[in-house]
Amino acid sequence: MAARVEPGRISREGSPWTGLWAVVAKEMADYLTGIRMLILEMLAVLTAAGTVFMAAESLRTTVGQDRFLFLRLFTVQRDPLPAFIGFLAFLVPLIAIALTFDTVNGEFNRRTLSRVLAQPIYRDALLFGKFLAGLFTLTLVLTAIWLLVFGMGLARLGVPPGGEEVARSLLFLLATIFYGGVWLALALLFSVRFRQPATAALASIAVWLFFTVFWGIIAQGLAQILVPLRYGLVQEVLAQDQVAQALARLSPITLYSEVMMALLYPSLRAFGLVGVLLQFQEGVIVGAPLPLSQSLLLVWPQLTGLIAATVLLFAISYILFQRQEIRA
Amino acid sequence: MDGPVIQTQELTKRYGDFVAVDRLNLVVEPGEVFGLLGPNGSGKTTTILMLLGLTEPTSGTVRVMGLDPARQPLSVKSRVGYIPDQVGFYDDLTARENLIYIAKLNGIPREEAYRRIDEALEQMGLKEVADRPVGTYSRGMRQRLGVAEVLIKRPSLIIMDEPTLGLDPEAAREFLNTIRDLKAQGITVLVASHLLHQVQAVCDRVGLFHRGRMVLEGTVEALARQVLGGGYRVYVEAVGPQAAILEALRRLPDATKAEAMGSERYMVEGRRDLRGEAARAVVEAGGSLRALQLEEPSLDDVYARYFQEVEHGREG
Repeated sequence: MAARVEPGRISREGSPWTGLWAVVAKEMADYLTGIRMLILEMLAVLTAAGTVFMAAESLRTTVGQDRFLFLRLFTVQRDPLPAFIGFLAFLVPLIAIALTFDTVNGEFNRRTLSRVLAQPIYRDALLFGKFLAGLFTLTLVLTAIWLLVFGMGLARLGVPPGGEEVARSLLFLLATIFYGGVWLALALLFSVRFRQPATAALASIAVWLFFTVFWGIIAQGLAQILVPLRYGLVQEVLAQDQVAQALARLSPITLYSEVMMALLYPSLRAFGLVGVLLQFQEGVIVGAPLPLSQSLLLVWPQLTGLIAATVLLFAISYILFQRQEIRA
Repeated sequence: MDGPVIQTQELTKRYGDFVAVDRLNLVVEPGEVFGLLGPNGSGKTTTILMLLGLTEPTSGTVRVMGLDPARQPLSVKSRVGYIPDQVGFYDDLTARENLIYIAKLNGIPREEAYRRIDEALEQMGLKEVADRPVGTYSRGMRQRLGVAEVLIKRPSLIIMDEPTLGLDPEAAREFLNTIRDLKAQGITVLVASHLLHQVQAVCDRVGLFHRGRMVLEGTVEALARQVLGGGYRVYVEAVGPQAAILEALRRLPDATKAEAMGSERYMVEGRRDLRGEAARAVVEAGGSLRALQLEEPSLDDVYARYFQEVEHGREG
C-alpha cells in the first residue's frame, strides 16, 4: 500500500488553551515560593523604600507648591540615591529575565517536558501559561512596590494624592508591566532557543546590557553618519536629532523612558532635544501641564511599540517551540 | 473495544536524509504486552512520539484506538499513558503535588483526582512516601511514580520507553511484575527497550527494530524457532572420549547442531528440549555426565544471530 499523507490543513481538535490555567497556577506557585524571587523582591523593596524615602524627605519642604507632588516621589532624586524611576528601569528587566530564562530549557533538562506534553494539552498552553505566569508575578511584585510608594508618600508627605496623580501613576505602573513583558518574552525566547539555562541567562543579559549601555551611543553615531552637520544650521541639528531618536526608539529602554517621562512630567510636550533638556532641568519647564489624555496621546506609539515588541518576541518563541523536537 | 489498539501503515519518519522509521506496519491488539525492541537509535522512540502525536509522521498513517494522533492529539493523549525514558519529575515538589499538577492538566475534577491519586500511589506502594519531595526518591521509586502518574488518567494503553534502564536487577524484576499487573488489569502495554533479555519475559509479542525497520515480529518462541532453527540449546558437561560423545550428540533425533566447547563441555541445539536424550547418548558413548543445562531461547541470541546472517547475506 502506498504511503498516504492527508492533504490540506490539519484541523486540530479542542482549544489550544486546554490546561492553560493549570500551567499558570503551577508556574506562579513556583515563582512565588522560589528563593530567586525572594532575593529579587527584597532588592526591589529595599531600593523602592530607600529612594522614595529620600525623595519624600526632599519634597517635604515644597508641599503645597507643586500640583503633582506625588508624581515627584517617583522622579525626584537626592544624593546618594538616584531617582526611583532610574532604579526601576534597571531592576524590571533583571526581575523579568530571572523569571523566565530557564523556564523551558529547565523542564527539558529535568526531563519533565516530554511527560507534561504527553498530557492532553497543546504546546501553546504550556508556553503561553509560562509567559502569563511570569507576567502575573511581575504585576504582583510591581503593584506591591507601587502601593509601598504610595503608602510611604501618604505617611511622609501628609497630603492625599489627587485623582489625576493616581491615574497617571497607575498608567505608569501599567507601562512598567508592559516593559517587563518585553524582557519576559526575550528571556522566554532564549529559554526555548538555548538548551543550557546559563547560556539563555547570559544571552538575555547581553541584550539588556547592549540596549542599556551601547545602543544610545550607537544611535547617536549612526545619526551623525546618516545626517552629517554640514553648515551647523539649527535645522540640521534638529534633523540629526530626529534620526537619532528614531534609531534609539528601537530599544525598549528608550520607549519605556519616554512613556515614563510623559506620564510623570505632565508638562512634557516633546521628546528629543527639548525632552533631554527637560529631563535634566526639571522645574524650569515653561507652560502649563498637559491634560492626561494629551500626555497619553504623546506616548501612545511608544506604548503600542512595547506591546508589539512583546508580541513579536513571544511569536518567535512560539514558532521555535512548535518546531522543536522534544525527544529527550 | 473493537479493533487493534495501535495500527500503523507504512509509517515513515525522516529527519533530512536520515530515515528514523522506515515503512512501519505495526498492529497491537487489546490486552497484550508488546515489546518494541532494538538497539539505541533504531527508531523506537521516534515511533512512540508519532503514536502520541508529539511528532508528525513524514508519511503513512497511525491509528491509536482508532484515532489519528496528529488530528486528535488531545483525545489520544487523555487515553494513553506515556512514561518517557528516564522519567523526570519536579524534584522540589512532593509526589502528590506532582500528580496533582498532572491531574489538573488532564482536567480531572479535584475530588475525583485526589481519589485516583491515592489509589495510584497505594497501588504502586508509594503511599508512605507520597508527601516527600521527589528529589529524595530512588530511581526505582521514580519509575513507579511514573506508573502511578499514568494510572490517574485510567489509560487503556500505557507506553513505556526503556522502563528498566538504570534499575538494579531487583528493582527491574519488580518493575516487570508491575507490567504483568497492568496487563492483568486489562491495560495494553507497549514497552520499548534495548535490554532484550529483561523485557522478553513479560512480552506477549515483540517487534525487533534495526535501523528504523521492524525486521522481525512475533512471539519470542516463534522468533527463536524461525531464526535459531532449534531454539532449544542444551549445555552438557561430560568426561570421556570427546569424539565419541560429540558424534553421539550429533546423531540425536531433532538435533540441529552439536559442538564441543572446550575439553569437557558440549552444546546441542535442537527443535525441542533434548536433555533426556543427550544424557543417555553421553552415557552410551562411554562418558560420565557431570552437568546438563537447558538454555531458553534468548532474544539477544535471536537478534545477534539474525543480524549475523543479514550481514553475511549482504557480503555473500
